[in-house]
Amino acid sequence: MAEQSTHVKAAKDGAGYWKANVRIILVSLVIWALVSFGFGILLRPMLSGIAVGGTDLGFWFAQQGSIIVFLALIFFYAWRMNKLDREYGVEED
Amino acid sequence: MEQFTINLLFVGASFAIYIGIAIWARAGSTSEFYAAGRGVHPVTNGMATAADWMSAASFISMAGLIAFTGYDNSTFLMGWTGGYVLLALLLAPYLRKFGKFTVSEFIGDRFYSPTARMVAVICLIVASVTYVIGQMTGVGVAFGRFLEISNTAGLLIGAAVVFAYAVFGGMKGVTYTQVAQYVVLIMAYTIPAVFISLQLTGTPIPALGLFSETTSTGAEGSVYLLTKLDQIVTDLGFASYTEAHKDNLNMVLFTLSLMIGTAGLPHVIMRFFTVPKVSDARWSAGWALVFIALLYLTAPAVGAMARLNITELMWPNGTSGDPVSVQTIETAPEYDWMLTWQKTGLLDWEDKNGDGLIQYYNDQSDAMAATAAANGWEGNELTNFNRDILVLANPEIANLPGWVIGLVAAGGLAAALSTAAGLLLAISSAVSHDLLKGQLTPNMSEKAELMSARIAMAVAIAVATVLGLNPPGFAAQTVALAFGLAAASIFPALMMGIFSKRVNNVGAVAGMLSGLVFTLVYIFLHKGWLFIAGTNSFPDTVDGSLFGIQSTAIGAVGALINFAVAYGVSMMTKDTPQEIKDLVESVRIPAGAGGAVDH
Repeated sequence: MAEQSTHVKAAKDGAGYWKANVRIILVSLVIWALVSFGFGILLRPMLSGIAVGGTDLGFWFAQQGSIIVFLALIFFYAWRMNKLDREYGVEED
Repeated sequence: MEQFTINLLFVGASFAIYIGIAIWARAGSTSEFYAAGRGVHPVTNGMATAADWMSAASFISMAGLIAFTGYDNSTFLMGWTGGYVLLALLLAPYLRKFGKFTVSEFIGDRFYSPTARMVAVICLIVASVTYVIGQMTGVGVAFGRFLEISNTAGLLIGAAVVFAYAVFGGMKGVTYTQVAQYVVLIMAYTIPAVFISLQLTGTPIPALGLFSETTSTGAEGSVYLLTKLDQIVTDLGFASYTEAHKDNLNMVLFTLSLMIGTAGLPHVIMRFFTVPKVSDARWSAGWALVFIALLYLTAPAVGAMARLNITELMWPNGTSGDPVSVQTIETAPEYDWMLTWQKTGLLDWEDKNGDGLIQYYNDQSDAMAATAAANGWEGNELTNFNRDILVLANPEIANLPGWVIGLVAAGGLAAALSTAAGLLLAISSAVSHDLLKGQLTPNMSEKAELMSARIAMAVAIAVATVLGLNPPGFAAQTVALAFGLAAASIFPALMMGIFSKRVNNVGAVAGMLSGLVFTLVYIFLHKGWLFIAGTNSFPDTVDGSLFGIQSTAIGAVGALINFAVAYGVSMMTKDTPQEIKDLVESVRIPAGAGGAVDH
């Protein structure tokens, strides 16, 4: 990182923006993995007690639930990042 | 009116629309040919991306694979949608900010190496050609059925149509045409599904119908559709529909391969170069997934309901009664679809024990052996049911009106054609723009560049057609291999190029090469060299495979190798120069280079 350069403020803002972005990405990817690899596959046996329409919650997550969560994640990220762009003043003209 | 005439009308009318749009929006300049002048709205772009993305694999093949396997093939559903999260969060906005035409241009510039760009081009071509092979399989099935000819003849005619179609226009023509194709394909997919869901469950939304109770009430009252399906298939010795039968490792790796591959395929990424702003690139990925989800939420319902319908048609008196007779199949109108599909060579039956009845059951199941012996059955008599015909045959199986069948034929062709065209465009731009103009003959005129792009398309489709005559699997399985290749080669390079300032030219080249070679060799060891049957060293099953990982799931491992090699080699070699660090900084921030991070 270039915090010590002469353009301290600009570089610091850029770094802060990027850090905030990476944090949002990480949280989103944890949810992304949890609903698909977690609920849909690996944790399915733990959810088998919860009945959904003739099968269990894990089956629903594998075939439909994860897709719905993916959608929510992408729209959340787009909304959150556009807000972050403005907070750091890095949005496009 | 004859069904053949109705199909012809629907397919003809939809083609007239696409060609009309292509002429109206013909590409004039090189920049329009590749990226449509960056004037496409996120919703429009999302819809075009969805059409581009949902190919023969999604439309024609996927529900069939789910239908005959059940839960285990949920991997396709999660894998082909989850990749959009990676695309939206990790790649799309930054590549748009970078602002060039092609994926390999980014790799070449970021890793300040013409070699890296060349390697990226090779990776893109290998993945895209494999992908087109899968498309051609689907095109062959669709044309074979629709023209009522053999699968092979259908494939050859389809290849000619795809070529003529892709040569017509560039991205701009393709963008608006693909919006039209999306509308056709989504109607073709959902309308029959709504009809069938109403028939079976009384619910007009198929995604909800899948988890609803059936309308037909048995002795024990109404049951859930999935409970009924589980009961019927296990009665016949097949694996239960809703339970897991595959090991977790393969399921996870397969899903991950499809996800990473989605975010590494050039024809999808290219879409995000065509939106006006960085923020639009983020929204575009979301809109694309909205339009994709409409099909993907319906697909598991289509699969389960078709499996139920087929099994009940084979056993009209229940699984303990008499199965359907040969005479009924040949004469009863509700079995007409079996006769028409028999002509394509993708569906067949044989009365092995000569009792005049067709017993459809799992003859590999030990539990069924006793039942079969007691009843004098001599093996499963529904001898061939190609998974790729299920979606196209579905409206006929459910006895839906003729116009629905015509619509599905048009939709299947739209899906296969739109993706094949997008891929051919990606291949041709890789060859003419990156390889020739970027490397070998930099002084080439715009006209010569467009010409070489078209020649590259012709060669790619010829290769794909020849290999598509003996495909390495059903359409969706071949396409899954293409995703594995893209996952192992392109995605890691792009991601490291944005998220690391340390990964350098040598590291990126070593990473891409090791990922690609590892994955390609592993696939060839199991599928045969260049997919030629019989040249494989290991059987293509989980138990027989080299590392206990199926060839379709190996791309995720290839990607990990790519990351590890690239990082390791970079740490041992010279750091990236300052201008590259600046480039990475500027790509990370939406505002123009004159803004906050001007160094």
